Amino acid sequence: MNERLIRILLESFPKILLPGLTMTIPLTVISFSLALVIAVVTAIVQFANVKVLKQIARFYIWVVRGTPLLVQLYVIFYGLPNLGIMLAPFPSAVLVFSINEGAYCAETIRAALESVPRGQLEAGYCVGMSYMQIMRRILLPQAMRTAFPSLSNNLISMVKDTSLAANITVMEMFMVTQRIASRYYEHLALYIEVALIYLLFCTVLTRLQSWGEKKLSSYGAV
Amino acid sequence: MAMLEIKNIHKAFDGLSVLKGVSLSVEKGDVVAILGKSGSGKTTLLRCINFLETADDGELVFDGEIVHLHNASKKDIARIRKKTAFVFQNYNLFRNKTALQNVTEGLIVARKMPRAEAEALGMKMLEKVGMADKAASYPSQLSGGQQQRVAIARGLATDPEIILFDEPTSALDPELTGEVLSVMRQLAREGMTMLVVTHEMNFAKNVSSKVVFMEDGVILEESKPEDFFRQPKQERSRAFLRTILGEEASPKQEETV
Repeated sequence: MNERLIRILLESFPKILLPGLTMTIPLTVISFSLALVIAVVTAIVQFANVKVLKQIARFYIWVVRGTPLLVQLYVIFYGLPNLGIMLAPFPSAVLVFSINEGAYCAETIRAALESVPRGQLEAGYCVGMSYMQIMRRILLPQAMRTAFPSLSNNLISMVKDTSLAANITVMEMFMVTQRIASRYYEHLALYIEVALIYLLFCTVLTRLQSWGEKKLSSYGAV
Repeated sequence: MAMLEIKNIHKAFDGLSVLKGVSLSVEKGDVVAILGKSGSGKTTLLRCINFLETADDGELVFDGEIVHLHNASKKDIARIRKKTAFVFQNYNLFRNKTALQNVTEGLIVARKMPRAEAEALGMKMLEKVGMADKAASYPSQLSGGQQQRVAIARGLATDPEIILFDEPTSALDPELTGEVLSVMRQLAREGMTMLVVTHEMNFAKNVSSKVVFMEDGVILEESKPEDFFRQPKQERSRAFLRTILGEEASPKQEETV
């Protein structure tokens, strides 16, 4: 490796990491939090068999899972202006990522809810609790523990998926790297560099996941 | 007047008739043992009383108040459930709550009892079933018999007028049934009204005040336990007793009750 390349890599490192911290991470955190809210509501609606809402939930999951994330980004950012709806890049990305991830997480949470022994619902009724009280205090906490490893997986995927936001001009890590790469014509080195930064982020998350799983090991099984 | 009267309950699952007009009256302080082969409708009867299943027809008269089982309002259901407690075959403890929290959860969340008061009451109930020292344990850390005792404490804490037991010892290893049965015996002595679906013949014989024998969705015989076990009126009851008692003659079963 020649000196020029090393200098480019060293100089570009903070320039790439910075948007990682100020864009990639906030985009992930905000989108994933919203996705979880969407997912919990969508999962409960299905689990509880709420009539019309359940159909809507199934339709939403069907559409979102059946279309590419990149296309969804284009529809919202480049498509909606045709209807006079203009969204800035960052809100567009948050909207698409949370709706997209929400559909996947909803299925994870629904499956986890199904796995909680049903008898606890009846036991809750028998001591006078309402469906929503039982859901919030008994079923959902257990389901979220079951779902935790899968949801962590989804989160890790999302960190990497945020690179797609470069396509709708969000100045996140990959977008910045593309610019630097085309300036210096060092595509291989710089794309490997940004890949390593994504790897670093995901490694941290993987560690957090195993720490969390230990913390959340099933109730009473210490 | 009877405390609880069940009138003409009908229930079918997917066209299969499980209860075909069951009527039963329970006096305060009664311990009614409901016997019968599996599939005879015992458990469904119990579940219909507590609205865990919606009966197709029939009514309850509870403390003189008439409630139609098929189209009861939410208010009626809540009122009946408040007067009853239900003990499940599989305990159905809340798995994310400790033993004490299992007992206090309904008090705090549904009855809006202050936490301190609920915990004091919860500990009292756990003491009653001999589980006070396990108050901080999660269900996964307890044996089946211990879990069932916590479940009984959870039911008792809501101050029910009647406790419905659905085969409370059927899921337990034989050596664990004794601790649960002795708690139930103690409740019976204290005058608690109980409706017990069970396969424990010794419990039915020695603790119950009335035996109800069900088959094919109807009550075939209703007798005092001494009469039922000595001279059952129906040929079907006799056949049932022959099968069950034949199996129960082993000394292990005897010592647990």
